[in-house]
Amino acid sequence: MDEKQQYLILLVENNTGVLTRISSLFCQRGFNIDSLNVSTTDNPNISRITIVTHGDDRKFRQILGQTEKLIETKTIFALEPSFSLLRELLLLKLDTTVDGGLTGAAALAEKYGASIIDHSIGTVVLEYTGTPDEIDALLEDAKQLKISELCRTGVTAMERGKTSYMVD
Amino acid sequence: MQLTGAEIITRVLMEQGVDRVFGYPGGAALNVYDALYQCSDKITHYLTAHEQGASHAADGYARATGKTGVVFATSGPGATNLVTGIATAYMDSVPMVAITCNVSTNLVGCDSFQEVYIAGITLSITKHNFAVQSVEELADTLRRAFQIAQSGRKGPVLVDIPKDITAALCEYTPKEAVVPTMPKTRDCDWEAIAQIINQAERPFIYFGGGVKLSGANNELRELVEKADIPAAYSLMAAGVLGYGEKNNLGLIGMHGCFTANKAASKCDVLLAIGARFSDRVALNTKKFADGAKIIHIDIDASEINKNVAVYNAVIGDVKDVLTKLLPYVKKTEHTQWQQEIAQWKAKDYIPKDSDTQLKPHQIMKVMCDNSPSSAIYATDVGQHQMWAAQFIEHLDANCFLTSGGLGTMGYGYGAAIGACVGTDKKRQVVHITSDGSFHMNMNEACTAVSYNLPIITVIFNNDALGMVHQWQGVFYGKRYAQSEPGRKTDYVKVAEGFGALGFRCTNIKEFEQAFKTAQKSGKPCWIECVIDRNEKVLPMIPAGGTVKDTMIV
Repeated sequence: MDEKQQYLILLVENNTGVLTRISSLFCQRGFNIDSLNVSTTDNPNISRITIVTHGDDRKFRQILGQTEKLIETKTIFALEPSFSLLRELLLLKLDTTVDGGLTGAAALAEKYGASIIDHSIGTVVLEYTGTPDEIDALLEDAKQLKISELCRTGVTAMERGKTSYMVD
Repeated sequence: MQLTGAEIITRVLMEQGVDRVFGYPGGAALNVYDALYQCSDKITHYLTAHEQGASHAADGYARATGKTGVVFATSGPGATNLVTGIATAYMDSVPMVAITCNVSTNLVGCDSFQEVYIAGITLSITKHNFAVQSVEELADTLRRAFQIAQSGRKGPVLVDIPKDITAALCEYTPKEAVVPTMPKTRDCDWEAIAQIINQAERPFIYFGGGVKLSGANNELRELVEKADIPAAYSLMAAGVLGYGEKNNLGLIGMHGCFTANKAASKCDVLLAIGARFSDRVALNTKKFADGAKIIHIDIDASEINKNVAVYNAVIGDVKDVLTKLLPYVKKTEHTQWQQEIAQWKAKDYIPKDSDTQLKPHQIMKVMCDNSPSSAIYATDVGQHQMWAAQFIEHLDANCFLTSGGLGTMGYGYGAAIGACVGTDKKRQVVHITSDGSFHMNMNEACTAVSYNLPIITVIFNNDALGMVHQWQGVFYGKRYAQSEPGRKTDYVKVAEGFGALGFRCTNIKEFEQAFKTAQKSGKPCWIECVIDRNEKVLPMIPAGGTVKDTMIV
């Protein structure tokens, strides 16, 4: 079976344990979560979760059905990446004590339109928002510099156009 | 009015019409048990020997009565002892509310005495669970637990309540009992679905526990009769159609009738109704009914295409779906198909009788012949369970209590106790077990004796863990690893020691006599039936096989 990247959006009750319940389901069915992003929404009782996972379609439909069945799940749907906005935030700390470290960091920031949000002795921190592919590209370039730390938030995503789901 | 959390629990139970509960007290549950003590005229609490027995009793109570079973346990080991019972109920979609007490809020998370995170432990074996955080949310949480347990595809819900919350005071406002909600049957083209059925030349129905849970026995019968469709049941649906009914082919699956499995493999349209294509039925998911258009009717959308890919599906409560579908289904006869089936029936496995040796099928027959059709049978798990499913001829719906999904050895005694309590001891309850399963939870004999529950326990003693033994005999070169325990238990003495009556029999005449004596006694009785160690459950299709692999020796 073809394994492919799958994007899931969930709107769930904002309760203690809801994340455990969902990740436990994925775990039981052998789905590894590539990234997971949670935040409350304009309705404080509802959290929005974006899960990126990979697996074949049949198994994916099954996990979708099982997750939908959870009492705390209000809505769940799979995103079609080509009709969606996928964004991720990167924080990248670069070592500027090496030769050309500082100019390299500034050039990288300029090339990608990233912001330098911290400038300390020996390090700078770049902030960059983009699609996962764009972030991968930036990081590929950054390999020429000395990376001292990095973190990415994982994908948060939304469909383009009119909202197709309803939550009471 | 201001009530303590413990009092609120009992009040909400009364709101929900609960008058019987099962359980076991303990330190964290003291407040709750004090409240139960004070309303013992309204709620009868049945104390079991072990929390596992209590959880199976709540399950058996629910299966026999259709009501929601309620079980109480204390924190820590009390709660973990419920786990097997909750998982059993979960796998078979049994409505149950398990109420566990936990250590006080200030002790939670400190590895306190008798503390476990039971909400975490039961995450994947409950339909939902709650860890109550404040007394203010207690009443509505309990109400929601009942609502969830009974609605849609039913199942167990656990509510964990810290001890300080059971003591805290809160304003209580009574409410009406919750009304379970049934999901609306999803829109579908009834004519198109009926047309597939109407045009079928070799239609076949495979039905499961969903028919029972939905109370759709009559609708199923009407469909079977109107469209002349042969039908076979999964373990969970034994008793839904009568044993002798024309189109009831019998049990399907690993130990099902040859005819049932053959018909499934040869049909051109297969209707799966309230069933889930488990690996004990669709042993080979790729080849199961591979020549048929499969139409799946189920309340749970996530069951569709889960194990077997289907041609069409209707998602909704079985009773509602069948009621809507029936007017479109044509009255017809399938003469040629019925003739084919009749030929296979002639090849069905029929075990041989014996006067000198006790034979499982004869025991079942004598049991049935001497029991009213309203009798309830609760089984444990293994060979005796399959024999019961194959050979109990007179079964009403909701009269066969068995752990189908989880296959819990030790389920039967607790379930029998729950069924006996639930039917006010007015219906005969037989607990069918074996030397293997019975040793797991025979301690519940003390419960049967304490409450004078006239449960007849029939022990199939082959001095082996029969099903394991059978597999080792067939697939492991007769290397009987740990399946011949060589126990020396004297069941008659143990029964008497518990205050029950004990009988031992070695031939069918002795059994008949013992069974009749047990019925007349009005007491809990054990009847040990000595059977041959090499008795097999037949026919048998090995895991992953098809009807072509059916074994009859």
